[in-house]
Amino acid sequence: MAGTRHRGDPTGHVDAVAAATETAVAAVFRAETARLTAALVRVLGDFAVAEEVVQDALLVAWERWPVDGVPDNPAGWLWTVARRRAVDLTRRNARYTEKLALLVASPADADDDRLTLLFTCCHPALAHEAQVALTLRTVCGLTTAQIASAFLVSESAIVQRLTRARRKIATAGIPYRAPDVDHLAERLAAVLSVVYLTFNEGYLTSVGDDPQRRDLTDDAEWLAAMLADLMPTEPEVLGLLALIRLHRARVRSRFDARGRLVLLADQDRSQWDRPAITAAADLVVRASRMRRPGPYQIQAAIVACHAEATTWADTDWPQILLLYDALATHLPTPVVRLHRAIALAHVVGPAAALTEVDGLAAALHGFHLFHATRAQLLRELGRAADARRADADALGLTGNPAERALLEQRLA
Amino acid sequence: MKFVLLFCGNDEDAAAFAALSEAELAERYQEVGAWFARHRASIGGTNQLQAPDTATCVRFGTVGGPAVVTDGPFMEGKEQIGGYAEIDVADLDEALEMARTWPGRGTVEIRPVMSMR
Repeated sequence: MAGTRHRGDPTGHVDAVAAATETAVAAVFRAETARLTAALVRVLGDFAVAEEVVQDALLVAWERWPVDGVPDNPAGWLWTVARRRAVDLTRRNARYTEKLALLVASPADADDDRLTLLFTCCHPALAHEAQVALTLRTVCGLTTAQIASAFLVSESAIVQRLTRARRKIATAGIPYRAPDVDHLAERLAAVLSVVYLTFNEGYLTSVGDDPQRRDLTDDAEWLAAMLADLMPTEPEVLGLLALIRLHRARVRSRFDARGRLVLLADQDRSQWDRPAITAAADLVVRASRMRRPGPYQIQAAIVACHAEATTWADTDWPQILLLYDALATHLPTPVVRLHRAIALAHVVGPAAALTEVDGLAAALHGFHLFHATRAQLLRELGRAADARRADADALGLTGNPAERALLEQRLA
Repeated sequence: MKFVLLFCGNDEDAAAFAALSEAELAERYQEVGAWFARHRASIGGTNQLQAPDTATCVRFGTVGGPAVVTDGPFMEGKEQIGGYAEIDVADLDEALEMARTWPGRGTVEIRPVMSMR
């Protein structure tokens, strides 16, 4: 699939044309996979068959388009191929053939199907990791190999996870239907959580440049943008989209030239994508005007405070502290209180913050950021030996190579 | 689509139930009665079961040989089934909606019934 093909060419011209085609093809694939799969699942009532048909149609396009050029109506082209393939694949099954006759050539009104697909993939009766895998497979069109490499697990584990999820949908009576108004908030929260988890997975594991690895933050942004398009009056959807975009706008400064993690205070802010930050901050404002605050909007507002500060010293910590207070009412978790304590350190001072942080020891002693935060506060209070001990505790609790390198550097 | 709702509980649920006052117990039974009345159209066979310590198991070994009769329930440990109800509803979402409003607390396991096609 996209990104795995390379053509040799000493002049680089053919490579450039091929790369442009690849980009165009990838864009069409992404836009159409969800529509195709969604409509096919509705007609066939079978995730596995729908996925296979879509995969086959995309493979045909992948062979033909670089040679013949991208068709004028790529969506219609894919529809035709997919329908033909579906007929081939289900020829022996009269039930399917009848249903396929109902599949129109290119339904313009397939938007609701995409939401239905997404909500079904994120049904609460499915395990969280199954929701994520199924969403990436059917809505984003990732291959099982791409999902496996993005999550650093074996492909067979992903295949098994997907097979189990599809079987559960079929046998447990999970309906192919978007939730009604009474359950929308709860069900939407599950969908947003899948998108956010996908984003975090890509964000936290993006160590250096690995072109072979799928960038999950890109898929997460695409999913959030699709949701925002389909549910423009849901402020939490806009909040999540803004949150993702605010992080991605600053991603270039997260690592130095040698691939080491750079703390926010030390990042080169000239590398930040200012227009993207402004646009995302506007999105946060637009969401807030709907007067239904929620955790994603508030987190986006916090990140916007950081992103809009031209220097570390300009950071509006009092505003950030207020936002963390608001966030804690929606998400009263120890991790949120830990982050609030960091803001408190900047507004009131490290001693007050340390008291807060120490109060979280029982809940967070197994979390590396708890110890890293303590270390930072202890250093500011001039307690160097205690700070080193806390850094060492943090190092023992994280397997993330970039975070380990940062802590090792401090301890050196 | 047919499901069985299994009304389950653990030791803590059992202790909480045992701690109910007479008035609370009466109220609980009334709520449960109202729940069954509300869903009567969807409910087939339903029964409350005697306590787990009244259970007897007949266990077949994996390598053959005669079955062994043992005292006590199949599920060892803290989770137990207290009763069941067969229901016939459109899909899992409807079954979930019924289970969510179950007044008996504890845990409700929803199992689809295998259909013969």
